[in-house]
Amino acid sequence: MRIIVDRTRCTGLGMCESVAPDVFEVNDDGELELRTATVPEGRLAEVEQAVACCPNEALRLAP
Amino acid sequence: MNEVGHLVVVGASLAGLRAVEAARRTGFAGRITLIGAEDHLPYDRPPLSKAFLEEAGVPIPTFRDEKVLRDELGVRLMLGAPATRLDTDGRAVVVGDRTVAYDAVVLATGASARELPGGRDLAGVHTLRTLDDAVAIRAALDSGARTVVIGAGFIGSEVAAAARRRGLEVVVVEAAATPLVRAVGEPMGEVCAALHRRHGTEMRCGVGVTGLDGAGQVERVLLSDGSALPADLVVVGVGAVPATGWLAGSGLLLDDGVVCDETLFTGVAGVYAAGDVARWHNPMFDRPMRPEHWTSAAEQGAVAARNALEPDAATPYSTVPYFWSDWYGSRIQFVGIPGADEVRVVDGDVRSDGRLVALYREGDRLVGALTLDAPAHVMKYRGLIMRGASWRDGLAFAAERRSGAAARPVSRDLDTDAIVDR
Ligand SMILES: Cc1cc2nc3c(=O)[nH]c(=O)nc-3n(C[C@H](O)[C@H](O)[C@H](O)COP(=O)(O)OP(=O)(O)OC[C@H]3O[C@@H](n4cnc5c(N)ncnc54)[C@H](O)[C@@H]3O)c2cc1C
Ligand code: SF4
Repeated sequence: MRIIVDRTRCTGLGMCESVAPDVFEVNDDGELELRTATVPEGRLAEVEQAVACCPNEALRLAP
Repeated sequence: MNEVGHLVVVGASLAGLRAVEAARRTGFAGRITLIGAEDHLPYDRPPLSKAFLEEAGVPIPTFRDEKVLRDELGVRLMLGAPATRLDTDGRAVVVGDRTVAYDAVVLATGASARELPGGRDLAGVHTLRTLDDAVAIRAALDSGARTVVIGAGFIGSEVAAAARRRGLEVVVVEAAATPLVRAVGEPMGEVCAALHRRHGTEMRCGVGVTGLDGAGQVERVLLSDGSALPADLVVVGVGAVPATGWLAGSGLLLDDGVVCDETLFTGVAGVYAAGDVARWHNPMFDRPMRPEHWTSAAEQGAVAARNALEPDAATPYSTVPYFWSDWYGSRIQFVGIPGADEVRVVDGDVRSDGRLVALYREGDRLVGALTLDAPAHVMKYRGLIMRGASWRDGLAFAAERRSGAAARPVSRDLDTDAIVDR
């Protein structure tokens, strides 16, 4: 599964990072960086939770 | 269990919109009615005290256009239609002389700005809660108003920062000796006050407002120390009160908000609440809360709708509260709860601009973190708090972050561990 960030919606609030810190990270400029482009082995549930908790609906998973 | 055929959401703002969207996302195919007091389509409030005030012409931060709401989400919109009563026996929302029957209802009427007694009588005096308020304040700023902000809370502070950015004279009057004590605790309130002063906003703390004076249009703000401040624009930022007036007599338990359990259920069949109007039991800290934060309102809207549609499978809403505020180009972020036994600055210097991180302890638990211009740090602490980290874990993590950071002058590290006991 690939992780897709809609940059027009993401405001760098970092809710996703608090749920899945090894996957999402907000940098010093307040911008979201993906630490991996795809969902790591066995981590789907965690990443799904991160996607669901984005207040701006900026995250999506795609096959 | 009866199937829900008609979901009614009262309050057409953030929590209400998220409720509607979540209902559709879970596959709910029944009818949805969204009832809102304002004429406007749901719009976003945080920009109203930030980007929207910075210059004329910043567009209205509407969430979804009407077509999306009606056609894609299949919502019947009743805007400009304040609900006047909730009939829990008859399962209906009363809107003036209209009655809207529901199978399940989500109460999302938010909060309204607290007013100063008599403040409404003069032109140029505003609270800031709605788009209409923001439009009026922006127009006054456009005309170069000398601005007095009453109350140094987050919204008042953002207005002050926006006015300063335009080069206008701004005075902030705060009754408490230190601003934001309830929101972030005393030591950090001090830091926030210093941020104002450094950017040329005059702070008058520990004085009350005794009156507003002027002939039709406000001209002066009268203070308890006998002085008066000249003003063309007065923004009253003295907090918000949950919009529960219309729920009197509904049988719901009201106590600074609609009281809910951890699933946002009010205890009355079919009735759930979400957002700034809801005081719910937060399992994360095992206490009732009504945080008035964007993120909680958004998330609660979704949870309340799902639980209202499937009460048998209701899930609790447990969270580490989070809010942010933007002043003078700096971003303040807070995660957790502020009513702590100790606040400790673990990174940065309280006396200068630049990155700052402070941690909050309750007993031996890490319960909060405040950061100033440290967007890369704050959510790491939220993660720690969510996992129930101890105070010691929090400090160890901070030390690790500090030593991992690029080499910084030793003198800065010397006062980073200043302990502020309360
Ligand atoms: C200027 C401003 C700046 C902010 N900045 C931040 C920020 O930086 N960070 C942050 O975390 N939070 C911020 N907030 C708080 C955040 O916007 C709120 O937490 C959020 O809007 C709450 O959403 P809500 O849907 O619960 O309530 P609201 O947004 O208050 O919406 C409630 C809606 O219900 C309607 N309503 C009320 N009574 C009735 C009735 N009887 N019938 C029908 N409709 C009714 C109201 O008109 C309103 O449209 C800010 C708020 C304001 C006002
Ligand atoms: S939670 Fe959403 S808005 Fe926030 S950083 Fe992640 S993707 Fe961006």
